Amino acid sequence: MMDSFKEWYEGRHQYAREWKKRTGKKVVGYFCTYVPEEILIAADVLPVRILGSHEPQDVTEPHIFGMFCPFCRDCLAQGLQGRYEYLDGIMISQSCLHIRQAYTSWKLHVPVEFSYYLPMPHHLQSRRAVPYLTGELEAFKKAVEEWTGTTITEEGLNRGIAIMNRSRRLTRAVYDLRRRPDPPVTGLEAMRMVAASQMVDKREYNEALQETLDRLPDRAERDGPRVRLMMLGSENDDVAFVEMVESLGAIFVIDDHCTGSRYFWNEASTDRKPMESIAARYVDRIPCPTKDWPERRRIGHIRQLAKDWNVKGAIIVQQKFCDPHEIDIPAIIKALKEDGVPAQVLELDVTVPLGQFKTRIEAFLEILREEDLF
Amino acid sequence: MKPTYKTEPLRCWAKAKEIRQDYYKNYALAHEKGGLRWAGGAWSFDAIPAGLGDDVYPLTGEPYAAAIAWDKEFALQCHEAVEKAGYARDLCSYMRNYWGSIILNKYVFGGEFPKPDFIWQDHICCSHAKWYQVVRDLEGQDIPMYCLDVSVGPYEELTDNRLDYVVGQMHDGIEWLEKVTGRRFDDERLIRAVSNHCRSTALWAEVCALNKAIPAPLDEKTMYSLYVLGTLQKSSGIVADFTEELRDEVKDRVARGIAAVPNERCRVMSDTQPPWGFLKIFRYLEQYGCVSVGSLYTFGLIGQWEVKADGTWGARTTPEQMGIVIRDRDQALRVLASWELKKPEWQHFYSPQAKSEMMIRIAKEWTLDGVLLHYNRGCEGLSLGIAENRLAMIKAGFPVIVFEGNMGDEREFDEIQTLKRIDAFMESQGFEKDSQ
Repeated sequence: MMDSFKEWYEGRHQYAREWKKRTGKKVVGYFCTYVPEEILIAADVLPVRILGSHEPQDVTEPHIFGMFCPFCRDCLAQGLQGRYEYLDGIMISQSCLHIRQAYTSWKLHVPVEFSYYLPMPHHLQSRRAVPYLTGELEAFKKAVEEWTGTTITEEGLNRGIAIMNRSRRLTRAVYDLRRRPDPPVTGLEAMRMVAASQMVDKREYNEALQETLDRLPDRAERDGPRVRLMMLGSENDDVAFVEMVESLGAIFVIDDHCTGSRYFWNEASTDRKPMESIAARYVDRIPCPTKDWPERRRIGHIRQLAKDWNVKGAIIVQQKFCDPHEIDIPAIIKALKEDGVPAQVLELDVTVPLGQFKTRIEAFLEILREEDLF
Repeated sequence: MKPTYKTEPLRCWAKAKEIRQDYYKNYALAHEKGGLRWAGGAWSFDAIPAGLGDDVYPLTGEPYAAAIAWDKEFALQCHEAVEKAGYARDLCSYMRNYWGSIILNKYVFGGEFPKPDFIWQDHICCSHAKWYQVVRDLEGQDIPMYCLDVSVGPYEELTDNRLDYVVGQMHDGIEWLEKVTGRRFDDERLIRAVSNHCRSTALWAEVCALNKAIPAPLDEKTMYSLYVLGTLQKSSGIVADFTEELRDEVKDRVARGIAAVPNERCRVMSDTQPPWGFLKIFRYLEQYGCVSVGSLYTFGLIGQWEVKADGTWGARTTPEQMGIVIRDRDQALRVLASWELKKPEWQHFYSPQAKSEMMIRIAKEWTLDGVLLHYNRGCEGLSLGIAENRLAMIKAGFPVIVFEGNMGDEREFDEIQTLKRIDAFMESQGFEKDSQ
């Protein structure tokens, strides 16, 4: 019943090409989940998140210094290798420097007809953030209108908000089912589902997800009890890693990363003017660490997730060289330890050393299970 | 080989050292004088806390951490202490030096690490606000922290909405400063500090522009010790007055043909912060008659520039020179924000092409023979786009050599390999070492 998400995830390029052919509309590739998809949807543009392919490559070395994260290099590699040749435009909403580097190099070497840098604020805890972002979203809307030749109406924006909110609500409903002692969805399935939602037309995604949700509660139980884990980190769509962990008698029941819950957790309110509502949604969402200051609001959220989803251990998967996440790791480990949740930190590269990680995960699970080894 | 040019030491050198020493001493002893200490970054708008009084002393993190890097033994102790506390060793090395100094409770200039009374920071890269979040973890959550977000895009795309966002945060910051210090904010002091800020940064650009002369009156290694004052407290009258004195002396050197490197026959620029513990690489270059005349980093981190009528780069005209009289707080903050958002070493955060264009301009106007790019593992902010800059410089016809290192962590700098790469580069460009 989760197969369609797997197909979309694995066939993302094919899907986008067919969508474009079928609709005759434009496709925009985006580099960060702070991109306001509502506005693109209002203009009948398909937003597609640019993700890596987890394959070794040698095309980015001349363009990105090696101490930048593997994710940004993997993303740029996709562009340089021509895998997103169907994109009509690219855009980024300001987040970290590393993904910004991928965007600027892409813009330089893989020409497209539309590119946009949205200066999403970092000081989200300032009362100035929402008015400022509202102004920037207006400017972005104007740029999209000029590019597509369509007028984005208030009705269109409300439609974009409704589609995005429904997607968020349904995805969160699936996550809520994972609170159960016998979660009907694995971490692998959830990862593919969320990643797919970033790649396909949200209306199609919503229909498929609604259908899935109707049937999920009755899904058959799995074999035996599993160790309930949460996954924390930056971007992570390394399905091979998740599959490996879950093959060891564990199950990811919740996560906080941007190809996971951080992407869809918060809805836009419907009691404000649409543009202000969109701005407030992105300012108030669960923050990326680079925007989580001066107070660390994300850690409180992580603690609550661990409690509500009855998590026994946390795996912090860290994109190598990702400074904002790395800086938060000691504080996260400390907070989780206070709540009795042990954490294991692993560093991700473009490809994952599955053998080495397997040994470490096995040891971590043994500790969590308090197994009598001999 | 006989030197081609005359050389002599800078007369104002001792004064520069004295200003720097007083700065670190004043911060440490602030409480003894009934004053306050604030900690933040070299990019912080230091003109704003200046409105709280003359006895409010800053400690800017980057130059302090660079001072630690120069003391290799202490820097290593700092790094190991930070790693022991659970932080990754690939993080910003300035940040790690600074945290290590706190963990070890050692001020690099002697005594215990002086805890700040408040934090006043700018968020320019992914680490800047987070840096001081961790300072609070280490020193205590009771240290109030305010951090401004300046990430509104490149100056050429600055709009009212973007400027309002920065200025709005400044206004909120002033209210916050009054609340956490219990002091009344003095707008007259702010206006004076903004004027000094503009004066110091424009004067520094004037100093750098004088280095277009052949022979270059200053070499980059020396410039590091001079520009640093602008990273400490660019809004102070002492720094502005000193920079004016320096400008006059350098002008005089140019008039008299005084060289920084008497055997100058090759001119290069570098990029990003150097490996601070190994500034001797610049002396090594001199064996080839090679002078590094500066870099976008040395020129544009502090210096404010504009394109002059003849199309060349020169010091930016200050508001005062334009006849603008700052009358109130809002105007002062608008001038300050608008001034600072134009600094060259900020534009590249948004566009590698913008940085490449500025670098090519420097290479042409400063008559350079080549470029030494420091792929700096210690700073992701200033390394942003550096590989694209390399490609652009090569395309523009300037030979480039890359060396990988770290501004603050000597474990990531290979001295012998770097010197060998310099040998290969100089020889490939037809330069030979002077006979000893």
